[in-house]
Amino acid sequence: MEALVPVLIKTLFIILVAVAAFAPVITWVERKQSAVMQDRIGANRADIAGITVLGLLHPVADVIKLLTKEDVVPTGANRALHLMAPLIASIPVIASFGVIPYGGTYHFGDTTVNLVVADLDWGVLYIFAIASIATYGTVIAGWASNNNWSLLGSLRASAQMISYEVTMGLSIVGLFMCFQTLRLTEMGVAQDSTFRILGFLEHFGFVESLGWLSHLTLPTWGILLQPLAFVLFLTCVMAENKRPPFDLPEGESEIIAGYFLEYSGMRFGLFYMSEFIEVVVIAALMTALFLGGWTIPWLSQADIIGGVTPIFGVGVATGLCMLLHVVAFFAKVILMIWLQMQIRWTLPRPRYDQVMDLCWKVMLPLSLANILVTGLVILVLQGVRA
Amino acid sequence: MSAPAVFFYAFGAAAVLSALSMVLHLRNTVAAAMSLVVTMISLAVVYVVLDAHLVAALQIMVYAGAIVVVFLFVVMLLNLRHDVFAQRRERFVKLAGVVLALGAAFAFLQLVPNSLPTVQEIPADFGSYAAVGRALYRDFVLPFEISSLLLLAAIVGAVVLAKRRLS
Amino acid sequence: MEIPLEHVIGLSALLFAIGTVGALTRRNLIVILMSIELMLNAANLAFVGFARAWNSVDGHIFVLMVIVVAAAEVAVGLGIVIALFRNRESVNVEDVSLLRW
Repeated sequence: MEALVPVLIKTLFIILVAVAAFAPVITWVERKQSAVMQDRIGANRADIAGITVLGLLHPVADVIKLLTKEDVVPTGANRALHLMAPLIASIPVIASFGVIPYGGTYHFGDTTVNLVVADLDWGVLYIFAIASIATYGTVIAGWASNNNWSLLGSLRASAQMISYEVTMGLSIVGLFMCFQTLRLTEMGVAQDSTFRILGFLEHFGFVESLGWLSHLTLPTWGILLQPLAFVLFLTCVMAENKRPPFDLPEGESEIIAGYFLEYSGMRFGLFYMSEFIEVVVIAALMTALFLGGWTIPWLSQADIIGGVTPIFGVGVATGLCMLLHVVAFFAKVILMIWLQMQIRWTLPRPRYDQVMDLCWKVMLPLSLANILVTGLVILVLQGVRA
Repeated sequence: MSAPAVFFYAFGAAAVLSALSMVLHLRNTVAAAMSLVVTMISLAVVYVVLDAHLVAALQIMVYAGAIVVVFLFVVMLLNLRHDVFAQRRERFVKLAGVVLALGAAFAFLQLVPNSLPTVQEIPADFGSYAAVGRALYRDFVLPFEISSLLLLAAIVGAVVLAKRRLS
Repeated sequence: MEIPLEHVIGLSALLFAIGTVGALTRRNLIVILMSIELMLNAANLAFVGFARAWNSVDGHIFVLMVIVVAAAEVAVGLGIVIALFRNRESVNVEDVSLLRW
């Protein structure tokens, strides 16, 4: 039972920061970033007593609008399913935060603080499983609306989501082979070190020793070890989230609003919010897998604690390191959110058969080739060492 | 009762209730499919309690997350609505058969436990992806490869069956 | 093992019985297929229970094979259902009972 309190605190922290703080700010970021990219000002009229704060009050106005709108259930629709669909869409997305670490493991005397809600041995598989359940929200929403356009949107969405789940899993297998683990905390720790860029010369015996060239190092981040997997995974996970350019299920200009056409008020708000919360989940997941998680490049945890301890003592040094790591994690998350917004407002929407062709004919073979090449490289490197 | 036991009995009961809901939902096939999803997720929790972590993850990913989605897909494509129970006479015969099957199952359950081997201790990483992966790729490589051929045959079969004939 | 093996097998038998009832008494072909999936799940639970009791990962391997077979069966079965629906506009099994005695 006493193990429950830290878990509750960490869960509360995640929900307060990621869900309540990040998601509304992202709606603002979307408006402002698109405005900057399209050379206009964006929404900035929402005010309280005449004070507009660069349009930051628009998320507040959105929430008030959604809460006060009439909740319409279309006639002939199944009321229970109509209510359940937004819940099934949003709960798995928030539950994904449970395994993503926003900090490492810190020892303060006897207590050990592990900044992750649930350090599952099969952490990444949990996220895939949760993503599979999120499909149902979309599927049920279209059916429960008793509407042709919604049904069309939800059929497109479910086919797109289950197709991209396959490639999503396969594209990271190369990363599992590199880091030898599925546990996200261990992946973060593995990315805390550096490797020499020209190390392969010494490894294969071309050069006796590198000498001063040993100082040319890069952090062992996932994106540097598996660049193709980064691109594939980012594409797949944006398609899972039905973010533009993969937003055919929503359709906007073609099938009005697709599968959440018949939703208004806070039920639509739940769908809308879950899409933006999933943007944060994607950013956090990409950070944990590819951008080194909470680590600071070229400064491992031992370096920071060892460097600060002579001045302030071990306790303060560990606390400072923890703070730096959490800040670094959220900085990288913000970077990935910015990247997703850039992609969203740059690329046009492909046709549906082009989306499916992209998944099955381009990304699936590429991810399999990635696994093959990664395996070959690991074998060659191990063979030389042995 | 320890926490794992609470989870087992609670989610076991949930699995049974949602299985009953699936079988008894006459008018709404979509509700039956959603009950099946709840059954599978409850069973996945039971698998976690029984230390089968990889199997639980695969149950949700493959079974609950893909197979039942395909069921829902077909239900929505074909726009299916109502269903009726069998005719009265046949229904009686079938229900009698089911009662006999249940009776046989309980009789079997009375006999079997006395002849089972004793429960053994398990290592710490039992049921993890590492242990199952080792067994799968060392001892069971042939069934693994054959199952991939089976899946290929199923893919080809499903596409051929469901394709529209362009005649 | 905190949960007695008899309870796990009892739950598996109960789910199997419910699946059998569904497969025998329903007329909708899709619900019959879903009941068959429920029976396969009950068998999986039995495998997992026994694997846990006797420290054998082979049980989990079997579960993987069962899941693979279930996926293949669902794909082909639903292909048949779609082809059938195109011909007869119905998924009621009593409409396709031409070869019954």
